[in-house]
Amino acid sequence: MSDAMHAPLVAQNIAVRSWQRARTLDSRYLIAFLITLVLVVAQLRYHMVGGYSRLALALGVCVATELVLSWFDRGKVANLLSAYVSGISLTLLTKPQGGALWPFVLGGFLAISSKYVVQYRGNHLWNPTNFAICALLLAAPSRVSVLSHQFGNDLTTNIVIWAFGLVIAARVGVLHITLTYLVSFLVLNGIRAAALGQAVLPELAPITGPMYQLFLFFMITDPRTVVRGRQRQIAVAVTIAVAEMLIRLGSDQGWPFPTAFNAAPPLMALALVGPVAKWIDLRRQR
Amino acid sequence: MLHRPRPVARRLIIAVPFLAALLLAMRYDRGPTGSAADAGRPGFTLRDATAEAGIRFVHQRPTFDPKISGVEPHVAALGASVSVTDFDSDGWPDLYFTNSRFGAPNALYRNRGDGTFADVAVSAGLADLNRPGDGVSMGAVWGDIDNDGREDVLVYRYGTLALFRNVDGHRFEDITAQAGLRRWMNSNSAIWLDYDRDGLLDLYVTAYFRDIDLWHLTSTRIMHDSFEFASNGGKNLLFRNLGGGRFADVTDKLGVGSTRWALAAASADFNGDGWPDIYLANDYGPEELYLNDQGKRFVLTAAGLESESKSGMSVTLGDAFNRGRLDAFVTNISERGYLFQNNNLRLNQMNEGGRFRNVAEGPIADAGWAWGAQFGDLNNDGANELFVANGFISADKDKSYWYAMSKVAGANGQFFEDAARWPPFGNASLSGYERSRVYINRGAAGWVDVAARVGVTDLYDGRAVALADLTNRGAVDVIVANQNQPAVLYRDAPDSANHWIAFHLIGTRSNRSAIGAEVVIESGDLRQRRVVDGGSGFASQNDRRPHFGLGQREWVDRVVIHWPSGAKQILARPEIDRIVTVKEPDR
Repeated sequence: MSDAMHAPLVAQNIAVRSWQRARTLDSRYLIAFLITLVLVVAQLRYHMVGGYSRLALALGVCVATELVLSWFDRGKVANLLSAYVSGISLTLLTKPQGGALWPFVLGGFLAISSKYVVQYRGNHLWNPTNFAICALLLAAPSRVSVLSHQFGNDLTTNIVIWAFGLVIAARVGVLHITLTYLVSFLVLNGIRAAALGQAVLPELAPITGPMYQLFLFFMITDPRTVVRGRQRQIAVAVTIAVAEMLIRLGSDQGWPFPTAFNAAPPLMALALVGPVAKWIDLRRQR
Repeated sequence: MLHRPRPVARRLIIAVPFLAALLLAMRYDRGPTGSAADAGRPGFTLRDATAEAGIRFVHQRPTFDPKISGVEPHVAALGASVSVTDFDSDGWPDLYFTNSRFGAPNALYRNRGDGTFADVAVSAGLADLNRPGDGVSMGAVWGDIDNDGREDVLVYRYGTLALFRNVDGHRFEDITAQAGLRRWMNSNSAIWLDYDRDGLLDLYVTAYFRDIDLWHLTSTRIMHDSFEFASNGGKNLLFRNLGGGRFADVTDKLGVGSTRWALAAASADFNGDGWPDIYLANDYGPEELYLNDQGKRFVLTAAGLESESKSGMSVTLGDAFNRGRLDAFVTNISERGYLFQNNNLRLNQMNEGGRFRNVAEGPIADAGWAWGAQFGDLNNDGANELFVANGFISADKDKSYWYAMSKVAGANGQFFEDAARWPPFGNASLSGYERSRVYINRGAAGWVDVAARVGVTDLYDGRAVALADLTNRGAVDVIVANQNQPAVLYRDAPDSANHWIAFHLIGTRSNRSAIGAEVVIESGDLRQRRVVDGGSGFASQNDRRPHFGLGQREWVDRVVIHWPSGAKQILARPEIDRIVTVKEPDR
């Protein structure tokens, strides 16, 4: 056989081997890859980070906190991938007033330390980034807001991130959570809009925004804070979607929520429902 | 081996800094916005003198095609403008306000010289400019286009441009058609500049919406297609003054036809090459700097501006820290809990690194939904203050559109480009009832908001801000045009112990209005630069007479005037505490 005939076969073998190797990768590396992809796209194309000092601080504080607290609490240093994902998510999601850097310091510390403080049976209950963002939005709404950049409201970027996100969610085994939430969001908010006599499309439009991408691929599907069992995971995803719909309903009606609820309904819904579901799940372990 | 506490104890130990971090965040929220500066004694007051001055102008907003009634409060939220001129050449600055409802008159307030004004717009022929078929006024810029010693005026509208020649200091004639300027542009700003240094004022007009007729829409797909990088707005146009009252569109030849939803423009020689450049504040996108290549073309230059996409509402120029450079202050949108875009104070470092560096921190970064802003030495201490008007839509205090806006902003651009898809505004407010900011300059220590202390407490929806010494007494009065609300004149009362100097420049080789001339004064340790304003801020134009506070300094060592023609004139030890008239040398 000539070299020319060999070439396609060799390439095919490399591709197959790469895919097989990817399948055996620790899922946390895939998640880290995805958040890195989002970060790179967001910064190179849309300058979303808002200054590398923010990224350095959030990452640095998350990693340092994880190093110190894991050693202090468990006597050994934990895998730092979770801190890495939290640091990048915080950088992307946190938008401070002026050039303030303290939200990245406090946010990073709150995110990681929440894992060690708020535990039940050795498990943390909140997704760290979700906890930190919600805590900052509730504690300091005059100084911190949530992601305002929107990937340029650009369809192509949306497609790229959704495509990678869905593939990786499938690989990590949480695609059913993502899709359940997605479908629930569309159905529930469609019904809400119809019930209130509102146009449906504006109510469904937010799902295409980057805040939801970070929420769907890095928070609601966080392997450490989801409940066990596919059916229960689906039930929790639906419950979070219902909670979000109720928050949005309240916002529509002008209920006197803290601004955090109006500005970040899915994050607040997860912060409310997620820990309760996890706690119930852990209680059942007995 | 190190003894490790029990698990519960370990958790409790970690909980201490955890709770401290939460409390610290709450404390930051309630504490003052980070500035090390102490306001101290502001050294001036601003008194509302609108009524006693006889200014009774109330802006009226436009109405548009019912097809976009759902977002009309948003689309119709612009148009209140104010520009300063001395149209009758009597040495007293006059004021021109634009209105934006069909049939509602614009107002030309002639300064009587005794602190009061009389509206002479009707007799001057500048009142009835808001008519079906022509559009509604959004602002005006004044400049002597034919160098006859009388300032002419361009009114930009959501509609056709309108150019008026000042006939005799009392009456104006419409020369738009002869000038070749009868173009439909949905514009919110225009500036005069002499880009080719031929002694004739050229015209740069920015466009917001595309050149659609907002009263007869064929499609509701009229909005921006991105909140960050929209480029589907109207095309800015540059018109070269050919002389004889005629203008030619040279936009494409000069390469300045941005379509980035520009809301404001300003011009100065930022890189010191002697040619006036153009700085744009764009809504839904990054700012743009067009550097003038010797009058032959403009080059869009990154200059560090491309890295921040915000919602530029206005741009004003001033020497923020007395470096002898013109820096740019660009206003943006901030709303508690939803959005902190933060204003930009960009230090001009074009000569060192070819860049502007954003140093806005603390109070000046967040002025709410900020609109027009101007640098001016309100206390005559030798450092610029900043006056910032703000507030977008003040309607029902109990209803906010921000939640609805958050749904739209997160969507794909194809969605919200269609105005019909936006949630209807109804009677909701959107960043309404905000108070203007007056920032006092404490140099390296930062800026401090002293608005309430100096007497600025109104909650109007401010748009245009213009500064002028209306009584020729060495004080910088502030005039604010408010959207759908009364205009306000704040009379400045600076510290009487401080000295000042101002200049009335008369161009000979340069345009007679001296627009674009840059004046640098040197007085001991003080060095400061100002430019004669051809339009800046948002829909506004300042007094053409550059004013400098001197503090306790009792003389000025040297004044350097860089005329638009390229001529450089030096004055030694001019008299202070007066307006010095300077004529450009013939050679």
